[in-house]
Amino acid sequence: MRRVRAEILNARKLGAYHSLTLVAPEIAERARPGQFVSVAMPPDRRFVLRRHFSIHQASRRGGWAGTLEFVFDPRGPGTEWLAESKAHQFLDVIGPLGKAFAYPRRLANCLLVSEGHGSAPIYFLAQELRARGKRVDMIVGASSEDHVFNPIEAKRLSQQIAIVTEDGSLGERGRVQDVLVGMVEATGAEVVYAAGPRRMLRAVAELCIERRLPAQVAVEEQMACGLGICQTCAVPVIRKDGSGYDNLRACADGPVFNPARIFWDRWMGEPRAPATPPEGFPVVSAWPR
Amino acid sequence: MRHSLAVDLDGVRFPLPVLAASGCFAAGREHSGLADPRRIGGVVTRSLTYGPSKGAPTPRVAETPSGIVTSVGAQNAGVRDFLVEELPRLAKAGVPVVVSIAGSSMEEYLRVASALQSEPGIVALEVYLSARDREHDDLPFYSRRDVMADVVGSVSRLSSYPVFAKLPAFVPDIAEAARACVRVGAHGLTLIDAVPAMAIDTRTLRPRLATAIGGLSGPAIKPIALGAVFQVARALPDVPIMGVGGIATAEDAVEFLLAGAWAVQVGTTALVDPSAPAAIAQGILGYLKEKGLASPADLRNRLRLDPEAVR
Repeated sequence: MRRVRAEILNARKLGAYHSLTLVAPEIAERARPGQFVSVAMPPDRRFVLRRHFSIHQASRRGGWAGTLEFVFDPRGPGTEWLAESKAHQFLDVIGPLGKAFAYPRRLANCLLVSEGHGSAPIYFLAQELRARGKRVDMIVGASSEDHVFNPIEAKRLSQQIAIVTEDGSLGERGRVQDVLVGMVEATGAEVVYAAGPRRMLRAVAELCIERRLPAQVAVEEQMACGLGICQTCAVPVIRKDGSGYDNLRACADGPVFNPARIFWDRWMGEPRAPATPPEGFPVVSAWPR
Repeated sequence: MRHSLAVDLDGVRFPLPVLAASGCFAAGREHSGLADPRRIGGVVTRSLTYGPSKGAPTPRVAETPSGIVTSVGAQNAGVRDFLVEELPRLAKAGVPVVVSIAGSSMEEYLRVASALQSEPGIVALEVYLSARDREHDDLPFYSRRDVMADVVGSVSRLSSYPVFAKLPAFVPDIAEAARACVRVGAHGLTLIDAVPAMAIDTRTLRPRLATAIGGLSGPAIKPIALGAVFQVARALPDVPIMGVGGIATAEDAVEFLLAGAWAVQVGTTALVDPSAPAAIAQGILGYLKEKGLASPADLRNRLRLDPEAVR
């Protein structure tokens, strides 16, 4: 990881979201889909924590070489401040942070599932998978049309796509979960990737366990440092042998995890979550080599 | 004039007066390239329990004005794992280590302390007293002075290391609480701990932390910490105090040294900016030069007070 003072090259609106493109070759060179950057807030101490954003784009080649793009929903202190920043201002940025998505070596049909802001790392992943000759299909969900993240880009990246909005303002009315089984079957998915809110990730996890599909999900959890030090972003992950679980750090051990090993009842704060994983918890095969 | 940033806390020596507070620095790959451990006065470890501890459910952090409320629940891998995995890295980096110890019973504190005898690199223990006492209705150890003194006294007698008792600001009489710790053998004091606090999400009608109550840290608590250091330093001028709570700049640190701290710890700010302790130490040096003082210890009696007005 590197810490840099990065110049903002471009600031723009993308539907409900804001996008910032930075000149940060030291980070862009190393960045892979699923990883994130952390951005310092203004030094007036109003907001203490850095803000963490999935990397949406990192260009290593071409006219935009050395640039890095991240996307955010300006809701709340900090991101509202960031939404006002303009080209040629500088940000204090650390990255790339966290573990990236893995690519399947042999399997070819990849279904990429995202909801809302979770789409940001998924499009970067789609590009990398396509560059490796994989078939990419997508489910993109959101509350409403303006929260569907860059639908034109999603259509360009995928062979088959399902767009779902809760209010039906774009694509089908409903939730990602409603079209999941249909898309898995229609596309012949062999590998599933997902990013977004927990309930959606859990639905993906349950389907993948049932169908023995290898999967990876990028989780969102409240982080303080983002560097692996403070232990606030704990995700309960079941041990390989099923003997118990460990609270792993979303920032340093994740944010990408095997969803079949996340102890969902505990992570989602179910009131009667057992202290240990259920007997015979499905330990799904490791990531395909 | 020769300037030196080294401090001597009555035998416990640090090359720089700025340490990383408990759980706010890692010697491993987490910090690679972001902070140089040789430019930090010392590292206080995360609080260790005897066995591994899973900690609290999430969310564990909520940001509030000029601070954060956190509730990690002492997640750590246990003292043995620390000795095998973490201490060698810290020792190799050559940074003095203060080990923070915790427990859910007096016995557990003692087991942790006895596992830490004569290890290279460790210079002192810090006794975290906000842990909850299983044997006394799950109240924090600091909440009963006799229980607190028992823990601090027993650890001080058992351990070969000097012991710093870490006190919260809101005990009935902090100077008296500090005196009680020193009387039973504490070498010094760390002031203060995170302040019990809460944040609520009005949209979901839920507390923003899974445990509802957490500890407030960051610049929001700096004046509280400073007041506590001042009160204890006035009462116990010969007892080493490490000041901690909301220090974000060299000016903040100088305030603590003027209030009577012998060294300072940087917590929340070090999490956000791992290079902050080094920068704060350099800033203190600049201040000493400007004032024509030789070392941080020279700030300790410099505060100008009106004895009539200050009680």
